[in-house]
Amino acid sequence: MALEAPAQQPDAGQAGVTSVIDGRGSIATRPKTTRVVSSETRVLARLREIVRSQELLIYLIRTEIKVKYKNSFLGLLWSMISPAMTLAVYTVVFGYFLHNGMPNFVIYLFAGILLWNFFSTGILTATGVIVNNSGLVKKVSFPREILALAAVGSAGVFFFFQACVMVLLMAVLHWAPAWSLLYLVLVAMVPTLVLACALGILLASVNVYMRDTQHLVTVLVGAAWFWACPIVYSFQTTVAIHLKVHHVTWLYFMNPMTILVMTFQRVLYARLTVISKNAPHPILHVLPHWSTITYVWGDGVVLAFALILFYVAMVVFGRLAGNFAEEL
Amino acid sequence: MSTTAIDVRSVSKRFRLYHEKYASLKEKMIHAGRVPHEDLWALRDVSFDVPEGQTVGILGRNGSGKSTLLKCACGILQPTSGQVVVRGKLAGLLELGAGFQQELSGRENVYLNGSMLGFSKRDVDRMFDDIVDFAELGQFIDNQVKYYSSGMYVRLGFAVAVNVDPDVLVIDEVLAVGDERFQRKCMERVKQFQREGRTILFVSHSPDLVRSICDRAVVLSYGEMVGVGPPGEAIRLFRERLLEAGDDLAASEAAAALDVAPEGPSYEGLVFADPKGGDAAGGGDASEDPAARKVSSLRHAPQESRPVRFTDVSCVLPAGSGRRYLLPGEAVTVRASFDSARAVTGVVFHLEVRGDDGTGLFRTDSDILGLRCDLQAGPGTFEFHLESVPLLDGAYDVNVGVETAQGLSDWREPGCKFEVMNPGRSTGVVAVPVRGALVASGGYAVTADGSVAS
Repeated sequence: MALEAPAQQPDAGQAGVTSVIDGRGSIATRPKTTRVVSSETRVLARLREIVRSQELLIYLIRTEIKVKYKNSFLGLLWSMISPAMTLAVYTVVFGYFLHNGMPNFVIYLFAGILLWNFFSTGILTATGVIVNNSGLVKKVSFPREILALAAVGSAGVFFFFQACVMVLLMAVLHWAPAWSLLYLVLVAMVPTLVLACALGILLASVNVYMRDTQHLVTVLVGAAWFWACPIVYSFQTTVAIHLKVHHVTWLYFMNPMTILVMTFQRVLYARLTVISKNAPHPILHVLPHWSTITYVWGDGVVLAFALILFYVAMVVFGRLAGNFAEEL
Repeated sequence: MSTTAIDVRSVSKRFRLYHEKYASLKEKMIHAGRVPHEDLWALRDVSFDVPEGQTVGILGRNGSGKSTLLKCACGILQPTSGQVVVRGKLAGLLELGAGFQQELSGRENVYLNGSMLGFSKRDVDRMFDDIVDFAELGQFIDNQVKYYSSGMYVRLGFAVAVNVDPDVLVIDEVLAVGDERFQRKCMERVKQFQREGRTILFVSHSPDLVRSICDRAVVLSYGEMVGVGPPGEAIRLFRERLLEAGDDLAASEAAAALDVAPEGPSYEGLVFADPKGGDAAGGGDASEDPAARKVSSLRHAPQESRPVRFTDVSCVLPAGSGRRYLLPGEAVTVRASFDSARAVTGVVFHLEVRGDDGTGLFRTDSDILGLRCDLQAGPGTFEFHLESVPLLDGAYDVNVGVETAQGLSDWREPGCKFEVMNPGRSTGVVAVPVRGALVASGGYAVTADGSVAS
């Protein structure tokens, strides 16, 4: 029997109590972290655990992406093909059939869908992530939030690929974004990321106890929430008037995604008014004439809301996580 | 060595057992707040600590809360109350290869698994070759793990966990994986861990394993900690608990056997309980002739000519010890009370001792012992005095039979049981008195007092 002790291990024959392991000091004296497992959950401690496991997060994101397209011929291309198809359909339906008259409508559409896809893919994947990884959750110990975060993270990677396509498309169409406002992309991204993480964590934990959540979220996000955001239509040209008449503009903006999507459109579509392609060629007010500071403030408010929600999600998740292993 | 690596502080864990699981929203609404459930305390106020560098085993019957305790220590389950404080990096081996992704290669899984156990890429990089060597995977490391054999799968799982340099290792009965050679290798690694001063907490069903590698052991019974101490003591306690529970089991089996006895064609009134249960009420077993099965040379007498019947068979332990078990080498008396319907001459009493697994260990009868038994009508008692029982840990069955010239008159299986607890650290079946001595060293003989003769 060839039992090969790893090279750095000293002779195993002696009955010494502690032997020194190369470079890392002896087991007894090297620094150690203390972890407490109890029913009390402190959000801060959990956050610290998550930060400590950032490498695992990266591995999980990588795994998620690799596994998703492992045995498909086109692989990662699919992450671009499917939004491209959506884009094509909406462009044809709204641009050509419904004649909304916006020049280069595809850019406007892409700007909204880019952000929306990141958000919706993130929370939809995150919702099922604990249930789908029950084997892992039952047998391996790590901060469970990481799974939901990895789902959002992998959506972030897809966002990056799609953003590259967007850049390409804009170059092809010679469509310049508002260069001076480019930083607003980041200003809108951060609240979206936090919001997606918060909802992802919250829904993932609730879904363990109520499996309806997954179906409910699919329907609500895909069918309702999407249409409540000015993605395929323009806020200014279609809904703004009606909302104002009924004094419910505030209600429309209660949807946190609205202002984020509009920020993206402001930067990437960049034209507030355009000349319609349709017959009398009237002027279309695609985006509201808001100052930059309005967008920054709007996004800031959403960020604040998202952070609060994130805290709530962490508290709820912490409460529920203790029993994941027995519920699955 | 004085610091504590794992501190379990009055940990309790309650499981809710729902009679029906309502996982959908509709069902939750309908049954809101009044879902019928039972509370099951898998752990109740368990407290102990594991000093750094010690190896502590957890013993207990199935369902006694062993795995729950390990899961609490790993942080997979949160205790309902109390807490577990773990100092240092902990690697939990609750199931080998639990974190593996089927679609990824072995290499990628090593990194993924390592990071799940809390180790950085740098740690894993450094240990990577050792891991592959230990798992004996060679070039297969770059294949997807879904193509791995089950052996390769668990080998890799074990290899990752033991090679990534944890401070505390938590093992749940996973040492019995792979072929014998790999098992030996795992044990070797565990021992190396001990030498390096790492802490190990592990669950095993094998008291022998606990005895040979643990510094201490914790005994759980129905979620409560009944004791913690040196392995020998703990194993004794564990066996006692097992024995108590076993009594209940045997009683219910005997009752079940009684129920079916009338159906047995030729065994009216004969009670026998199959110690290995399962089919205690099985007619198949009952119709089979246990005497023919166990004592092949014996032939059963016809029903009408079975004058001698046992009324009670018991194992009498040495008086005054107050124990329910024997120590290796102690004496035990098998006392068989019987009732004879008439006067019979030339009766032979049989004795058989079997191990837990049914292995025949010893067989004799009164004829071999040179006794001739002529019975009068009425009750009587026969005793086998086993002057020394040179056995190690285990529960042993004693079967007795009585034979007349017409054939076997009665057979009790098991007639009674006894247990042996081994306070020492040797393992095996037979208690062999043994002594060791270094007789030569460096080409010189060593004298009895340890000095080297010139």
